[in-house]
Amino acid sequence: MKALLIGATRGMGRSLARLMVERGDQLFLLGRDESALEVTAADLTARGASGSVGAACCDLESPSGFEAALDAAWAGLEGVDTVVVTAGLFGTQESLEADAVLRQRVLSVNFANTVEFCEQVRTRLLADGGGTLCVFSSVAGDRARKKVVLYGAAKAGLSSYLEGVDLRYREAGLRTVLIKPGFVRTNMTAALDEPPFAVGPDEAARAVLRAIDRGASVAYVPPVWRLVMLIIRSLPTWVLRRTDF
Amino acid sequence: MTVEGQRGALSGWGRHPVVVARHRRSENLEAITRGATLSRGLGRSYGDASLPGTIDGTLAVTTAADRLCWFDAERGIVRAEAGVSLATLNRVFWPRGWSVPSSPGTQQVTLGGMVAADVHGKSHHSEGCFGEHVRAVRMRVADERILEVSEDEEPELFRATLGGMGLTGHLLEVEFQLRPLPSGWVLAESQGYGDLESTVEALRSAGSEWPHTLAWIDLLAGGSAFGRGVVERGRRADPGEAPSRLPAPRFPPAVPFVFPLISGTTMRLANIARYWSRRLYRRGIVHPDAFFYPLDVVGWLNRLYPRAGFTQYQVVLPTSAGVEGCRRVFDIMVQRGAVPLLCVLKDFGGEGKGMLSFPKAGLSIAVDLPITDRTQVAVDAMNDFVAGVGGRVYLAKDTLTRPEHFRAMEPRLPAWQAVRRHWDPEARIRSALSVRLFGDPT
Repeated sequence: MKALLIGATRGMGRSLARLMVERGDQLFLLGRDESALEVTAADLTARGASGSVGAACCDLESPSGFEAALDAAWAGLEGVDTVVVTAGLFGTQESLEADAVLRQRVLSVNFANTVEFCEQVRTRLLADGGGTLCVFSSVAGDRARKKVVLYGAAKAGLSSYLEGVDLRYREAGLRTVLIKPGFVRTNMTAALDEPPFAVGPDEAARAVLRAIDRGASVAYVPPVWRLVMLIIRSLPTWVLRRTDF
Repeated sequence: MTVEGQRGALSGWGRHPVVVARHRRSENLEAITRGATLSRGLGRSYGDASLPGTIDGTLAVTTAADRLCWFDAERGIVRAEAGVSLATLNRVFWPRGWSVPSSPGTQQVTLGGMVAADVHGKSHHSEGCFGEHVRAVRMRVADERILEVSEDEEPELFRATLGGMGLTGHLLEVEFQLRPLPSGWVLAESQGYGDLESTVEALRSAGSEWPHTLAWIDLLAGGSAFGRGVVERGRRADPGEAPSRLPAPRFPPAVPFVFPLISGTTMRLANIARYWSRRLYRRGIVHPDAFFYPLDVVGWLNRLYPRAGFTQYQVVLPTSAGVEGCRRVFDIMVQRGAVPLLCVLKDFGGEGKGMLSFPKAGLSIAVDLPITDRTQVAVDAMNDFVAGVGGRVYLAKDTLTRPEHFRAMEPRLPAWQAVRRHWDPEARIRSALSVRLFGDPT
């Protein structure tokens, strides 16, 4: 597998990159922090990556840089068959309501800019005859809840986009894998209270890799969240108004 | 991303004591150790060694900093961040024909913790403590400078840091030597012995032939069966005698919440089963996790221990104390009403270069004791005896030792304290353990 990962310097993306290296996949990393990319590439190399691990700067906050970054990745790997997008921003509902700048960033990065990134990847993969596009959305996009109104809205948009791409292009050879993590213990969630079924990033990454290999169009991580969200989606509105999760 | 100033209840592996502490966690160790009162890894020390010594102190939790910096495949040398776990190192390096030397009984420890406690394992008599294989560390000292420290650069600080319980500075990176591995598997033998004397004798003689040895002792059996044991000995299997495939990584299920299954009664039965199932000589190829990491048989094994928590009393008695000394410790323990749930013995090789490292030549005794209102009295009485015969206690396991006992056991303490004072005159880096034993201010 020749895989391009954006957001692999931390959390689930980092765990996923390590699993892929362990089984011999070739990797190219995109991220916004150059020194973090260097440290991550060195880590993956020391873990026995096959070939050198290339890296280039790419910030989901500035779509003007996407093309150059993707050029670098396609050149570095001599063609890409799998793209994994784990990058994203998080803010609690309170912080997003209070801070217009943060709100704008979270909404554009998690929805508009990620979609733009995926569009450019889609064109390239289809031009090469197909491939896999794996994108991390969230269970927060499945149903509006008091605690994740804004974050959830952006993720709902992203999930819907991915579903659409799957309907439209799977036949042409583009497999989309939409990952919906429940609660994964990473730095992003470290300030939050831990709900049941929380898993570590390594365990989550194993589930993600299984989904990529299977070509599942939607994967909940861990899988029990499919059931949890089925229940939450079926709750009547008046229940959600009265609960606080 | 750094998570700032979270407060939460924390404890060591023994779940006693529990303190509320502020901690921060990030992959950027340089950022989180700035101004921090102590670094903490996976929290596998049993007592208060990983807990902050001051109420308003902030812990730097290192586990997100788990990257390898580089690996020299020719010489088998690796440098990694302090938060990387031994489990990760094993998973990365076993398939490539290298192993981490001096592995302790759990792989859920960080590299930083392995240096700070200068850990040892079943192989102590053959390869010493982990510190013997450490080439250099990168650390932040109390005045906030970041230094490269080794036998060549600041050698005193280097030796004070090996086994220094994290009190000489925050470990950021560790560089160490790996050992070539003939195969991923282990050839193990076990055999039971009916009394303490013959078990200890068998343990000692196994050490001359086998690189990994350990004895498990039944202290819950009554009468003449008290002290019977099973000796385990092993070595890495040669390629010819091991399966050609690699041992598959294991992901044991975790105990989800505190469920006190382990008690004197259940362990009495477990001990009987263990003794009778291993009494006869057995030899075979086993999975390395099964041989090296009995504490990882399930995740969060400590949640099966009694609700009030537990401690492990681990001491080394010098060779001169003999098996009589060992029996004396057991007698005091039982007379004072402590319940020895689990006991392992290990014969140690010589003292290493860590200024405060625990092991020295003699017999190591490790006993899991539930925390009850009698445990302190029992530990005091045992410490009286151990200090008298020239033994000492292992700080990574300790919860209850008193400062006067520790001073009596550790003639090396003043020299170590002088080095620590040189680098940290105000004891800015301190733990609940250093407050308890070394008189640091709270």
